[in-house]
Amino acid sequence: MKHYRLPLSKEERSSLRIYDQISLSGSILVGRDKVHQKLEELISLGKELPISLTDQVIYYMGPARKKEGDVIGSCGPTTSARMDPFTPMLMDHGLMVTIGKGPRSASVSEAITKHQGLYLVAFGGCGALYAGCVKQMKPIAFEELGPEALIEIIVEDFPVIVGIDSTGNSTFL
Amino acid sequence: MEKKLYNELVSSISIELIKASTHLEDSLVNAIKEMKSVFERAVAESDKETREHHRTEASLLVLTMILKNLKLAAEKQIPMCQDTGMLVAFADIGPDAPFRLEELEKVITEGAALAFDKGHFRHSIVTDPLFKRENTQSNLPFVFHVATQQQKGLSLHFLLKGFGSENCSAMRMLNPTATPSAVIDAVCEMVKTAGGKPCPPIVVGVGIGGTADMSAVLAKRALLREVGVHHADSEYCELEKDLLVKLQTTDIGPGGFGGPLTALGVSVEYMATHIAGLPVSVAISCWADRKAHVYL
Repeated sequence: MKHYRLPLSKEERSSLRIYDQISLSGSILVGRDKVHQKLEELISLGKELPISLTDQVIYYMGPARKKEGDVIGSCGPTTSARMDPFTPMLMDHGLMVTIGKGPRSASVSEAITKHQGLYLVAFGGCGALYAGCVKQMKPIAFEELGPEALIEIIVEDFPVIVGIDSTGNSTFL
Repeated sequence: MEKKLYNELVSSISIELIKASTHLEDSLVNAIKEMKSVFERAVAESDKETREHHRTEASLLVLTMILKNLKLAAEKQIPMCQDTGMLVAFADIGPDAPFRLEELEKVITEGAALAFDKGHFRHSIVTDPLFKRENTQSNLPFVFHVATQQQKGLSLHFLLKGFGSENCSAMRMLNPTATPSAVIDAVCEMVKTAGGKPCPPIVVGVGIGGTADMSAVLAKRALLREVGVHHADSEYCELEKDLLVKLQTTDIGPGGFGGPLTALGVSVEYMATHIAGLPVSVAISCWADRKAHVYL
């Protein structure tokens, strides 16, 4: 499993191919349904976003409650397809990499090709496994959403498989 | 309900629900391990540098990670999956029940609340589904199905139903003249539509008969059965076996990456239906088919 430090450069993104098994270390934003809806709202109103999306990575996830002393609770990926309607717009605003589970729509593949981004597949249901990869966690916005809030995590050796590469090839037929 | 019985039930429910969030039943773990060895062989036998090889390797990695995750969840005593689900409870009540239904509902609520707190479950439930969608901050309420049973006592069955797979639920109202093979085709089609979304490998529950709503409940009930245990009725047992074979040809594979196996198990429940119809519902569970049972 080849290791990469985040953020991924354009060259690194372009060099990766579908089915590549890689691990990531660095900063990742975390947001799911509600966060996407709110970011879309802010963008359409021309308002400032709570954090810059330039070259960012978003992981579709909502953690379980954490044990005292732990950094985070169980934290595996959620189904990416629900975020499909929002992804092209966010990629137009700088987002480069998304991480989740399952297939994506054709419009997401097109957005990935356009920006030379990536879609990475995390292992569905493996919440305990991913909890061990998270070294720090910090709230960014929308804390009122509880497990659906926008947060930033610092990960180490976070394992994924390339699901859609920068040329638009997809593991999902 | 006597206080002693009340406390016993609350405690058992809580213990069993926490256990369900951190451990899978042995037969399901074995099914995952068996599936992994099939993929190991498939990887070894496929030509390197082909797409077939890469996708089988990806599927194998999914199974390896699932088994690693199960080990970690048990060691750390944290939920195997962050989606600790919406609790679905089935109460089958015997003729000698020494309590009122609202007392039972209260017992389950209390046992569940204790489990959700102590087991570090995610608060995944919102109040109003459409307008407010405010988190209840308790992971409650739960979905409650009540039925009677002939034998004395009380049987409580629980599913911790994750919504990645729940979103893939589907139903078909077939013609009454539909054949078993038409039922199999309909189920496979519904599972194919779900594809890689419900965290495959999957466990499939099928409900046949009743009304539209009841077929969906039967499909959920089918998920309660231990993986690998077939229906007592020989025809439905055969249907389950045929379905399992056919579901493996969907090429969805672990994680949706494709491959020779997709389903870990399939069970069917049925009941009487109307002369004009044949309702068929599919309930899909991810590999983390988390269930619990409490008997009195």
